[in-house]
Amino acid sequence: MTVISFTQPAERARYQEGAGAQAVPDSKPKVPRETAPAARAATEPAAKTALSLRGVSRRFGEKEVLKGIDLDIPEGQFVAIIGKSGCGKSTLLRLIAGLDDPSSGKLTLGTDGHAHRTRIMFQEPRLLPWARVADNVAVGLTGLSKGAEARETALSLLAEVGLKDRADEWPAVLSGGQRQRVALARALAAKPYLLALDEPLGALDALTRIEMQALLERIWRQEGFTAVLVTHDVAEALALADRVIVIDKGAVSLDLAIALPRPRRHGSADVAALEGRILAALFDEQDA
Amino acid sequence: MQKTGRSFLNNVTGWILPVLILIAWEAASRIGLISPNVLAAPSAVAEAFWRLLLSGELLQNIWISTLRALSGFAIGGAIGLVLGLANGLSSLSRNLTDTTLQMVRNIPHLALIPLVILWFGIDEEAKLFLVALGVFFPVYVNTLLGIQSVDPQLVEMGRVYGMSRSALFFRVILPGALPSIFVGLRYALGIMWLTLIVAETIAASSGLGYMAMQAREFLLLDVVVLSILIYALLGKLADSLARLLERQFLQWHPAFQPA
Repeated sequence: MTVISFTQPAERARYQEGAGAQAVPDSKPKVPRETAPAARAATEPAAKTALSLRGVSRRFGEKEVLKGIDLDIPEGQFVAIIGKSGCGKSTLLRLIAGLDDPSSGKLTLGTDGHAHRTRIMFQEPRLLPWARVADNVAVGLTGLSKGAEARETALSLLAEVGLKDRADEWPAVLSGGQRQRVALARALAAKPYLLALDEPLGALDALTRIEMQALLERIWRQEGFTAVLVTHDVAEALALADRVIVIDKGAVSLDLAIALPRPRRHGSADVAALEGRILAALFDEQDA
Repeated sequence: MQKTGRSFLNNVTGWILPVLILIAWEAASRIGLISPNVLAAPSAVAEAFWRLLLSGELLQNIWISTLRALSGFAIGGAIGLVLGLANGLSSLSRNLTDTTLQMVRNIPHLALIPLVILWFGIDEEAKLFLVALGVFFPVYVNTLLGIQSVDPQLVEMGRVYGMSRSALFFRVILPGALPSIFVGLRYALGIMWLTLIVAETIAASSGLGYMAMQAREFLLLDVVVLSILIYALLGKLADSLARLLERQFLQWHPAFQPA
């Protein structure tokens, strides 16, 4: 995880945005559009909504993990959800991916029969150890194609993630980053409409992670699916996302559009400024 | 080339000790250190082997014993596998039968011999019943354990990717349980021979155990030792076969991959 330390308390205080998360006027020219969560991010009128949440709550026994989330994600957007441990971000992703149902509220996925084309990429690769790499990718084609056709698709997907020559190996002999690339190929196999990513790069070393981010971005731009990425890494969110949503105590505390041009460079001044803003939102409560 | 050379060497290494023991044993018998009334010399055993082989008695008995062992194993193993799978997959089935099975499991199956003789006499059924019962539990317990220890994350993955129940079973659950099932299988093979030897020495009119008991009556020590050696060889053969299957089916497992 990338840890950004604040050296200027004054700078941090400047970004403290009360409960309303009201945008703070900024003198910099490249300030992204920012809206209060109640109003939701203003979406392009032309883009269809890929995913819409209305008052979505999830309770586990007494504990309310998500408290009435309202969210609209337009088609093709790359959204990053950031939050501290236990803030409910993974629960939100599981709802989005259809692994879990909300206790109350409504979650509308896509506009028509796209529901089956939601795919999730987990933090662990979750490859079948007893299936060759190509067969693992073909798992993503379950119900779509079989046999030689599935293998051909699997091979082209493996070529896409740079692992074509490892098609007939066992997952056990691959490195962590390679396994996660196989998992990505598997997730992409069905040409997903929505790809939910649950900290898929969290367990990788820093260098592999940067490589994977570039790969993910390239494939996302090429395929144009809607992506929802849960991460605890602000730098990763800023490298990939069109929009960063900060979840705190089960509610959206910041909804920030990231208008930086792609491909983004790590460590640029714009990124640093946004990083400061997001971290301020994340640590708001503790400072207050 | 080097790899095959090394694996050949590894295979040979395992046989050095048995061969040395055999030579020492023969030498000790020759110089009179071991009396022929206590233990027959390897050469005498080899002679007995040749004699019984020529008379056809040996092969006949080996055949009968092997047939008993395998049919008992097939029956007990199949029931164990099916119940293990059922109880691993269905909590209803598990709640219904597991307590009973665990209670029965704690009775040493050989303790049932008197009862079994009363039920079946010394016919084939008695041996089949005992072998099947002995084999059942290791297969059952390890199959159940294997299913229960399948990574739930993989099962969830399978569901997310839209696998049907049968695809989930054949592609995720069964392969995941297989290493544990093989452990049960190999354990069961040991119990299979043990049970058969005991059953044949106590209640039989044919087979290797019977041959050994008959030989004891006539003080044919060489035949007794021969029977014991053949049991050892058959046991080793069964284990090797299981290992071969294991290597075939668990190729993916890091433990079975060539280093």
